[in-house]
Amino acid sequence: MSGVMKRMGMIFRAKANKALDRAEDPRETLDYSYQKQLELLQKVRRGVADVATSRKRLELQLNQLQGQSAKLEDQGRKALALGREDLAREALSRRASLQQQVSDLEVQHQTLQGEEEKLTLAAQRLQAKVDAFRTKKETIKATYTAAQAQTRIAESFSGISEEMSDVGLAIQRAEDKTAQLQARAGAIDELLASGALDDQSGLGSKDDIQAELDRLSGGTDVELELQRMKAELAGGPSAQQQAIEGGAQGNGQQPPTPHRFDKQ
Amino acid sequence: MIVRIMGEGQVEVADSHFPELNRLDDELLAELEGGDEEGFRRTLGALLDAVRRLGTPLPDDALEPSELILPGAGAALDEVREMLSDDGLIPG
Repeated sequence: MSGVMKRMGMIFRAKANKALDRAEDPRETLDYSYQKQLELLQKVRRGVADVATSRKRLELQLNQLQGQSAKLEDQGRKALALGREDLAREALSRRASLQQQVSDLEVQHQTLQGEEEKLTLAAQRLQAKVDAFRTKKETIKATYTAAQAQTRIAESFSGISEEMSDVGLAIQRAEDKTAQLQARAGAIDELLASGALDDQSGLGSKDDIQAELDRLSGGTDVELELQRMKAELAGGPSAQQQAIEGGAQGNGQQPPTPHRFDKQ
Repeated sequence: MIVRIMGEGQVEVADSHFPELNRLDDELLAELEGGDEEGFRRTLGALLDAVRRLGTPLPDDALEPSELILPGAGAALDEVREMLSDDGLIPG
C-alpha cells in the first residue's frame, strides 16, 4: 500500500497531465501559465499597497491623538497654575482615556506593520518564482518533450498557486485587520468632527476646558492691565518699564510636538 | 528526490532517508483511513519535521517537478481525504 505523499504525488501528476493534455501546443500553455502568474503577482502587489495605505492612515491618526493628548496635558498644567484643580483634573482624565486609545492603536499599528512585512516578503518570493519561470520558459520549450514540459509547467504553476493560497490568507488577514482599523478610524473621525476631540488645526470650535481657561486668562490679563495702569499713574518711566516687562511674561507657550510614526 | 510541502515549498531529500519517511507515511495513511484525527495530526507533524530536517530547501529560482507531495502543516484529516478523492489536487 502506498502512503499519503506517494498517492498525492501520483494523483497530482495524473491530474496535471490530464489538465494539460487539452492544450495542443505546450508553448501556448507556457505562455498562458506565465500570464496567469503575472496576474497573481499583480494581485499580491495590490494587497501590499492596500495594507500600506491603511498603515499610513493609522499613523496619521496616532499623530493626531498624540497631539491632542499633549494639548490636554498642557491645558491641565495651565489650569493648575490658575488655581483651577477641577479643570486640571477634567483635562487629565480626558487625556488618560485618549492615551488608552493611543496604546490600543499602537498595538494595532504594530500588527498591521507585521502583516505588511509578511505580504511584502511573499510578494518578493512570488516575484522570484515568476522571474525564474520566465527565464527558464524558453529552456523548457527547447529541452523537453511536450509531456515533460507540461508536467513541469503544471508543477511550477501549482507551486505558485500554493504560494498564492498562503498569500491569499495573509491578504485576508490583513484585510480583516484593515477593516477593523477603518471602522475604528471612522469612529475617531466622527469624534473629531463632533468636537469631542478637538483637532489640532485650531480651526475647530474650542473645547469647554479651553474656553474656561481663556476666560480665566482673560481675567488675569485685565488684572495685569489694571496693575500696569496703576503703576503708570503712580510712578515714573522706570515703573512703566517694569510693568511692561512684567506684562510681557507668561505667554510664551510652545506648541506640543506630536510623536511621529513615520516608517523608514 | 524532490518533495513538495504544500504551501511551504520544495525540499530535496536524499534517497537514503526514504525508509524513515516511508514508515511515517504509511502510518499517516493508516490514521487517515482509520479517521484518527489526533494521530493524523501528530504523524503529519513528525513527517513534515523529518522532511525539513533531512532535506535541503530548493532555491526560489528552481523549477523542478516534485515526485512526492505532502499536505501542509495545518491540513485537517478531511481536507487530505478530499485531496486524495476523485477531484484530486488540481482541477481538470
